[in-house]
Amino acid sequence: MGRIVLEKVTKSFGDVKVIPNIDLLVEDGEFVVFVGPSGCGKSTLLRLIAGLEDTSGGAIRIDGQDVANEPPAKRGLSMVFQSYALYPHMSVRNNVAFGLKMAGETKEVIKQKVDHAASILNLTDYLDRRPGQLSGGQRQRVAIGRAIVREPKAFLFDEPLSNLDAALRVQMRLEITQLHQSLKTTMIYVTHDQVEAMTMADKIVVLNAGNIEQFGSPLDLYNKPANLFVAGFIGSPKMNFVIGPEAEKQNAATIGIRPEHVSILTTEPTDADGPAWPASVGIAEHLGSDTFLYMTVDGIGSMTVRASGEVALKHGDRIWLVPDLTRLHRFDADGLALDR
Amino acid sequence: MARNVPAARKATIAGLAWLVGFIIFFPVLWMFLTSFKTELDAFASPPSFLFFDWTLENYSVVQERSDYFKYALNSIWLSVGSTALGLLIAVPAAWAMAFSPTKRTRGTLLWMLSTKMMPPVGVLIPIYLIFRDLGLLDTRSGLIMVLFLMNLPIIVWMLYTYFKEIPVDILEAARMDGATLAKEIVYVLAPMAVPGIASTVLLNVILCWNEAFWTLNLTTSDAAPLTAFIASYSSPEGLFWAKLSAASTMAIAPIIILGWFSQKQLVRGLTFGAVK
Amino acid sequence: MATQQTKTLARFMAAPSIVLLFLWMIVPLGMTVYFSLLRYNLLSPGEESFTGFSNYQYFLTDPAFFEALTNTLVLVGSVLVITVVFGVLFALLLDQPFFGQGVVRLMVIAPFFIMPTVSALVWKNLLMHPVSGLFAYIAKVFGLQPVDWFADIPLLSIILLVSWQWLPFATLILLTAVGSLDGEQKEAAEMDGAGPFSLFFYIILPHLARAITVVILIETIFLLSIFAEIFVTTGGGPGLETTNIAFLVYAQALLQFDVGGASAGGIVAVILANIVAIFLVRMVGKNLDA
Repeated sequence: MGRIVLEKVTKSFGDVKVIPNIDLLVEDGEFVVFVGPSGCGKSTLLRLIAGLEDTSGGAIRIDGQDVANEPPAKRGLSMVFQSYALYPHMSVRNNVAFGLKMAGETKEVIKQKVDHAASILNLTDYLDRRPGQLSGGQRQRVAIGRAIVREPKAFLFDEPLSNLDAALRVQMRLEITQLHQSLKTTMIYVTHDQVEAMTMADKIVVLNAGNIEQFGSPLDLYNKPANLFVAGFIGSPKMNFVIGPEAEKQNAATIGIRPEHVSILTTEPTDADGPAWPASVGIAEHLGSDTFLYMTVDGIGSMTVRASGEVALKHGDRIWLVPDLTRLHRFDADGLALDR
Repeated sequence: MARNVPAARKATIAGLAWLVGFIIFFPVLWMFLTSFKTELDAFASPPSFLFFDWTLENYSVVQERSDYFKYALNSIWLSVGSTALGLLIAVPAAWAMAFSPTKRTRGTLLWMLSTKMMPPVGVLIPIYLIFRDLGLLDTRSGLIMVLFLMNLPIIVWMLYTYFKEIPVDILEAARMDGATLAKEIVYVLAPMAVPGIASTVLLNVILCWNEAFWTLNLTTSDAAPLTAFIASYSSPEGLFWAKLSAASTMAIAPIIILGWFSQKQLVRGLTFGAVK
Repeated sequence: MATQQTKTLARFMAAPSIVLLFLWMIVPLGMTVYFSLLRYNLLSPGEESFTGFSNYQYFLTDPAFFEALTNTLVLVGSVLVITVVFGVLFALLLDQPFFGQGVVRLMVIAPFFIMPTVSALVWKNLLMHPVSGLFAYIAKVFGLQPVDWFADIPLLSIILLVSWQWLPFATLILLTAVGSLDGEQKEAAEMDGAGPFSLFFYIILPHLARAITVVILIETIFLLSIFAEIFVTTGGGPGLETTNIAFLVYAQALLQFDVGGASAGGIVAVILANIVAIFLVRMVGKNLDA
């Protein structure tokens, strides 16, 4: 149930090949996130799986059966849209019930399933309202309710949290993850926010210009990025990249070190500390829990450093940066990771 | 602006605006008042503004002597018939162009627009002759056909702009929910399109009711609507101003009311969406 | 969204309107072109003969044509100027908040919804009649001679009448456009030190330029074909003073029964309208892509 395989899937819009070739396996019950910058094809890929767009080539197998020529209604999938796409002229109850109505279920079954979904999502009090009378978060839940009630083989989410404010986003992230834990259904989730990807996913697919850059668990991507793109995309603040003599010292064209893996020395370093880079503080951001330092490093350029707790540094202060060599990433001239 | 506008300025603006409104509306008001005068009062000079003997005789005379209701019925037939026919043909076309656009859609829409710009006078003669030979002169059906064809571009355009405003993802959601095309149209598209269709109907009824080229040239008595009926007052016998006013008031009243409710639709329909 | 089935279905759905409009365009217009090449008079049917472009020659060299053309241009031009200038002013006025704004707006809009025959006769009789009309009364109050509008200055009378009818249209369109001007833009200009006149010329007018163009184009299309007002007030006269191209064609066709000549005139009118139409179609096309 809910095992989805993409085999050599391609998609062109006219002459533009948006997705050159995708092979992907999503196991039953997995929470897979498609993540990448704008225009990378993640939404297109989701819509191909949903059946809202036709593939230009390749097969899409759901539980072994190729559905590439089936319309969305016959694929047994549910989708939650970025704009929620609720039916404005129907009550919440009828919105949620619509899919069951289309499937020809009896009134009793429909009522029972709708009430059940509403209780899971705390919508019972709103069942008779119209979408226009609901808040953003409530509409979100209705959209999810509409998807749940059909008991699909897999859920598809298209950037569902983009239209919510920051606090609500955090809350809904938790709710969706909890939903996955209780329903155990396959979920494919599209987002441009790598924090959502890291916190929610079992596996992440990093997409760039229609190609899969890397497919793995969040910590795999964090600890062992396969190339410069993934290394720079995952992790916030971005990984620092250094080219030139410092990189050559490590036998690489580019080296990368994450801001959280750089220590600060305010006193002159000794040889025991390893390579230390003298630098000036550009801007210091004090959040209380962390301090972000935007540095100008002699002979290297800009670097970002993340320090725990409060660090009493300000613009113009001169310090030394010591990278943790065990967390150093090395990349060759083509951008591929050297320690794979 | 929440700033304090000086009271003097506010008063000047209000005064000026009311003056402008009153001056522009005055002919209508004057006609309305005249409809309640006797013919002698109507023609009297100096004219009286409010203090005259108000009478309803003109309204009853207009119906008795010249069968006003027959012409009104023709106007209604014309507006409703031509609008219904227009919707029948235009709704599928606008639907197709809004939801399944092709490379040719844009060109087709602009071409339709251009057909509306042809001056009626350019086809007056052939239409007149064709109607004469087919026995369609002075028939309601013939007139309905002509008005339908004249306004079809506007109806298609208006519906197209309204359909385009329906978010595509709601229709996609219906598809994901298992709706076939027919069910998608019936349960989701149609209810969301109703306001747009209503607006188009409103505008088209107004345009047909007021149409004064074909209605004057293709009818004589049987199919003549109110436009032609009023036109017959242009060379009457004897005193007729009060009766003209009564007939006119009755002829324009429904449309003025409809028009007041359809300002937004007018802007959209007659500028083909070029002004928002 | 497009699967193969939907595409074919869509073609069928659009077909009736396209076919009907195509026939409506081609058949009558084609016939008009055909007639314009004949010598064809309804009073002597069956005696049609092919006469090439002589109808056009005759029509275009007929002094009546030039008078009609001049009248058309004067009529259209004057109404455009009046409606646009006052339309802008009234739009700015009505955009301000004041007591009873909605009512005044309705009063200004009303004339557009009145059927042309009613407007024309109300103006001709109740207002402009030289003896008992309201204008005559006002003139007498000021000690002036009442004007016999439709006899002495017929074209101007028609211009006033038509301007009154179309002013609401221009005002409504421009009011919509004024309303879409970003309030913050005006505030930014004020911070930059702009007074009311600068505000008008540098911010408001450029914003309205597009709407004004649309108003001009659409009004021109409709004004070129003004018929009912002339038909009902002056019948084209006195002489040819209020005859425009549309009325000239009508008179030749249905009053003089000269189908050939009138058809040539009709084609001329179509060409004139098409010149304006090209600009309008281009404008709307740009908007479609937006």
